[in-house]
Amino acid sequence: MTTVYVPRDSSARSVGADEVAAAIKQEAARRSAAVEVVRNGSRGLMWLEPLVEVATAQGRVAYGPVTPDDVAGLFGAGFLEGAVHELGHGFTDRIPWLAEQDRLTFSRVGVVDPLSTPDYQTHGGLSALERALTMTPRQICDEVTESGLRGRGGAGFPTGVKWRTVLDAPGTEKFVVCNADEGDSGTFADRMLMEGDPFMLIEAMVIAGIAVGAREGMIYIRSEYPDAVATMRAAIRTAYQAGWLGPRVLGSDHQFDLEIRVGAGAYICGEETAMLESLEGKRGMVRAKPPLPAIEGLFGKPTAINNVLSLASVLVVLARGSGFYRDFGVGRSRGTQVFQLAGNVARGGIVETAFGMTLGEMLEKFAGGSASGRPIRAVQVGGPLGAYLAPAQFDLPLDYEAFAQVGAMVGHGGIVVFDDTVDMAAQARFAMEFCAAESCGKCTPCRVGAVRGVELIDRIVAGENADANVALLEDLCELMTDGSLCAMGGLTPLPVRSVLLHFSEDLHRSKGARP
Amino acid sequence: MTVKPPADRDLAPRYVPWSEEAALAVMRALPALRGPLLPVLHALQESFGYVDPKAVALVAHELNLSRADVHGVLTFYSDLRTSPPGEVRVQVCRGEACQSVGGHALAEHAVSSLSVGFGETAADGSVTLEEVFCLGNCAVGPTVRVNGRLHGRVHAAGLDRLIRDSTPSGEPA
Repeated sequence: MTTVYVPRDSSARSVGADEVAAAIKQEAARRSAAVEVVRNGSRGLMWLEPLVEVATAQGRVAYGPVTPDDVAGLFGAGFLEGAVHELGHGFTDRIPWLAEQDRLTFSRVGVVDPLSTPDYQTHGGLSALERALTMTPRQICDEVTESGLRGRGGAGFPTGVKWRTVLDAPGTEKFVVCNADEGDSGTFADRMLMEGDPFMLIEAMVIAGIAVGAREGMIYIRSEYPDAVATMRAAIRTAYQAGWLGPRVLGSDHQFDLEIRVGAGAYICGEETAMLESLEGKRGMVRAKPPLPAIEGLFGKPTAINNVLSLASVLVVLARGSGFYRDFGVGRSRGTQVFQLAGNVARGGIVETAFGMTLGEMLEKFAGGSASGRPIRAVQVGGPLGAYLAPAQFDLPLDYEAFAQVGAMVGHGGIVVFDDTVDMAAQARFAMEFCAAESCGKCTPCRVGAVRGVELIDRIVAGENADANVALLEDLCELMTDGSLCAMGGLTPLPVRSVLLHFSEDLHRSKGARP
Repeated sequence: MTVKPPADRDLAPRYVPWSEEAALAVMRALPALRGPLLPVLHALQESFGYVDPKAVALVAHELNLSRADVHGVLTFYSDLRTSPPGEVRVQVCRGEACQSVGGHALAEHAVSSLSVGFGETAADGSVTLEEVFCLGNCAVGPTVRVNGRLHGRVHAAGLDRLIRDSTPSGEPA
């Protein structure tokens, strides 16, 4: 029996993985070849999807991108023995793009059958939880703090400190909430982790529960991710059956119950307090802070809210020690970040690497330039609220502080590449337009400011009192930054200001500065 | 309850016609939850294809909320619709990653070829066109979702084919 892996990841499915899996089964039956097709997660080499792997005695051999029409030829060439083929890439683990990464949180994604508990345990699953069960909540919080792990959702707050605050908060009922409302364009790491390694998130949620003294957890997943929702729900059912969740976690005295909640198309619900409102069944309106959710969160109870990637990193910290994790990275950005190469790139996908690589190295070595072959003109890092970076800034190291210093942000690690056909005035306008569309409406700088921002950019582009309107736009950006209740209105000026600073020629086209 | 479409064609799910009895049955089949409003509205939309405005009073009564609370939530979230969707539901990603690989052109093509604007359903109920801000398929864009099924690397001709294949009669939508 030969095992053939065809990803079930929704991105792979969007480019034909289901059809390829069906074609392989059909061709195997026609040839009476003993083939078992396993639907794994994606390895994250998205330009090669659907990426088919064949398990050989020497290791897994990769072929891609495979179409259903290629399948008969692959069988004919002997791909079940790992034979050479024009779509072949040799042993998957030795593909330089993959081999040169530091896959810590993504170590199982694309490797295992996502819903197989034996696979999970064979590949190191549960070792972090087993260790956590021997520790006190305080020790767990300390270990996470010592690792230097900072929240991967975008804000970069130390995870261990947050957990300690919840642990120390008075009250018998506490919650753990996972923020899987990954709304930033250019980001898909949370989705791939949930689809490719769902038990990881369950294990991490249980550990968070032990660390902060919570018996209940919720994972808030955006509705745009139906495959992730289905995979997580199936994994939770299995975890209950296996005793990984429920009244006695792994036979211990710890109780932990876990539930999935699905969003409804509101970007703002990725903001933690809006998410809490949504979980409570209300409009996703941002709450004023303080009180911090760690003190008064879900249903008014102390709540630890963590991003999917933060929780995934906690498993690495506990399984391999805080020192191991802290040894990756630079300055105050410790560990690895899961960068997501997206947009107009030749080689898009998941690049998990230690903090500190320069943006230019990322674009050259991993992205391989633009997909169109044209020069890269702008790169937006950190989602719709992140700055656009110009080629002159590509020597910037990917770390929180270095980016913050130039008015940019690493955020959730999304890197969206644009070639020289991009109209940066349109991108600045879109930033304001997006804010106007997605603002919860609670505070005026965001609700009204974004609408005024769109109007101002239109006037500048039309050449109406351009200089005065640019000054007014800068003023508006300052007001939104300082006066908004949350990051939605507070960070929308980041992309707008970056356009004013580095791509202003596009705003003044009517003056003939740029064709 | 929705009837699954045949596996090889992306047909729209068949929805149950709205009735108070059916709505109550859907709501009462759900497990008891804390903060149940959003899961309840999701369940109603899955069954009927939309949340009928008549459901507002019903949901408010069942969950012991005010009608204003229910109306407020129903109108806040862009996923929730208060009128039936078209036979074919086309969602086009408008996020930056898709913009960088021809998303604008694809969006314009969708509007002109379907003769409906974003957020609109054709008068004959054949198609609903929606814009979505990121489907998380950012390395293989431009991305669309047709009747719930995700498609990457889609350009104008590909979109036409997807819509044609999804139309029950096989005619262009």
